[in-house]
Amino acid sequence: MISWLRNPWGRPRFLVASTWLYMAWALVPVAIAIAFSFNNGRSRSVWQGFSTRWWWGDPNLSVFGNPTYTHALAHSLELALLDMAIAAPLGVTLALGLTRWRGPGSRAANLLMLFPLVTPELVMAVSLLLLFTQLAIVPFALVELGTAAQVIGQVTVSLPYVVVIVRSRLVSIGPEYEEAARDLGATSAQVLRTVLLPLLLPAILASTLVVFALSMDNFVVTQYLSADQSTMTIPMYLYGNTRGAGTPALNALASIMVFLTLLAVSLAFVTYRLALRWTKQPAASALRELTIPEA
Amino acid sequence: MYPRWYWRAFALPGVLWLCLFVVVPTYALVAVATGRIDELFQPLPAWLPGTWNIGFLNKAFSGALPGGEYWATIRNTLVYVVAALALCWVIGYPVAYYIARHAGRTKSLLLVLLVLPFWVSYLMRMLAWVGLLSPDGYANQALQAVGIAHPPDWLAGQPLSVIAALAYGYIPFFILPLCAGLDRIDRSLLDAARDLGAAPVGVFLHVTLPLSRPSMLAGSALVALPMFGDFYTNDLISGASRTSMLGNQVNLYLLGGPQKNLGASLVIVLMAILLVAMAYYVYATARESTRAT
Repeated sequence: MISWLRNPWGRPRFLVASTWLYMAWALVPVAIAIAFSFNNGRSRSVWQGFSTRWWWGDPNLSVFGNPTYTHALAHSLELALLDMAIAAPLGVTLALGLTRWRGPGSRAANLLMLFPLVTPELVMAVSLLLLFTQLAIVPFALVELGTAAQVIGQVTVSLPYVVVIVRSRLVSIGPEYEEAARDLGATSAQVLRTVLLPLLLPAILASTLVVFALSMDNFVVTQYLSADQSTMTIPMYLYGNTRGAGTPALNALASIMVFLTLLAVSLAFVTYRLALRWTKQPAASALRELTIPEA
Repeated sequence: MYPRWYWRAFALPGVLWLCLFVVVPTYALVAVATGRIDELFQPLPAWLPGTWNIGFLNKAFSGALPGGEYWATIRNTLVYVVAALALCWVIGYPVAYYIARHAGRTKSLLLVLLVLPFWVSYLMRMLAWVGLLSPDGYANQALQAVGIAHPPDWLAGQPLSVIAALAYGYIPFFILPLCAGLDRIDRSLLDAARDLGAAPVGVFLHVTLPLSRPSMLAGSALVALPMFGDFYTNDLISGASRTSMLGNQVNLYLLGGPQKNLGASLVIVLMAILLVAMAYYVYATARESTRAT
């Protein structure tokens, strides 16, 4: 570091080293945890040889053999699909509405939309729990803790992501295509169907995949709004068993979740990148826009 | 060219959803916090303003002051968040700086690696550390290999482990905006400073650092706000009540026992702390932008 301070325009060795050390620190533990799902013994911290016994084969202990694990996986996927089905259309229409509707109401709605993004999830989770358990009026009384409440909670926290991704795309498309279509005599419905939606399609697909990833990883809201064992998801199971004497099947379960999430996000990135290529934006902005929505 | 109601109609379903599941729940939170309890210790929310009972809020806020019942958790929360944030700055700044300025051909690869932890579930990342830090794990094996015969049990209520885990968990949220901010700095400003005779350290201190302050603020807010409401990191990495944070206390009251009114009141204490943090953020950003013009 001293030599770099003396000549910082040279090769910044200190910076190179700290960057790669950071990357190792950030990623190697996860790689080790995935590797331990292939451990031959019961330990999650001492390597005892390679085996796939915690993945399949063992009818009771392996991740695909034990009904607790497969049920948690199935429920995680169920919630993710429902979340996508509701949050995507709701978020796309809200993005269109918030971008085009001018007025004081619009600004208030925008702040409201960002609220779940800037408050810790615990606040949302506690509020929704109290809403569904204490307020005995329709429609809230109709929602019971469990799948319905979990979906509502997940949609509420993933909605801002859809809005922000679709809106930033909408802004970069600009009004010209729409105006051209209007000048050529298209009705509002035709503009929407033949111009706006096709141009927005990559952003819509990408944000839907991001919702899938958010839902798979969601823990706080899902935990607070769960009912019993039947509404347990993978993150909830991990939270309950990480400190216990769980077997490497726990690592296998976590690995499945990580794999599904990364798959969804990679697909989102590829889709979004195609869209950016049409408007000649660099790939890096796709990474950034899909990861931290700029409010 | 569009009717006045046209785009409002698009926004309507979403706004309705947000009213039902953001505004009304917040009201329910306040109603429970200002409510009473029945003989079965179940909360009786005060749905009508005017029937409010400020007893629980009073207990929560006075307990949060130094010497109060919740002071230990509040102090832990503040100390851990500030310490983890400082770690994020120290570890994150060089990384963001290198990727934005010097990465060259490896930049795309590094950006992908940088984004990766975002999308690896937080619980998986904690699970990974629980394995490494367990008494027979690799961390203690390494310590024993260098001659420390009795390394501590990192997972038994160690504040240091909690701080490190918090920093580990949230640091990507700090590096990415900072990296984007450093990337946006106009290179010609650096050249100008150099041409005018500034030493490299001077260029950094007088040009890069001040210009990166807005994105450092943004990154710090992204890291600190969710940390204030974190309870799972502590549960997984420490599990002991002596490292308990505000989120753990809320979790205890809400999911554990018959003290939901007090739990709701503590959430309002949490929101008050966040409000102060946000107010500072808004004030600091405003000051930055007036300084820039």
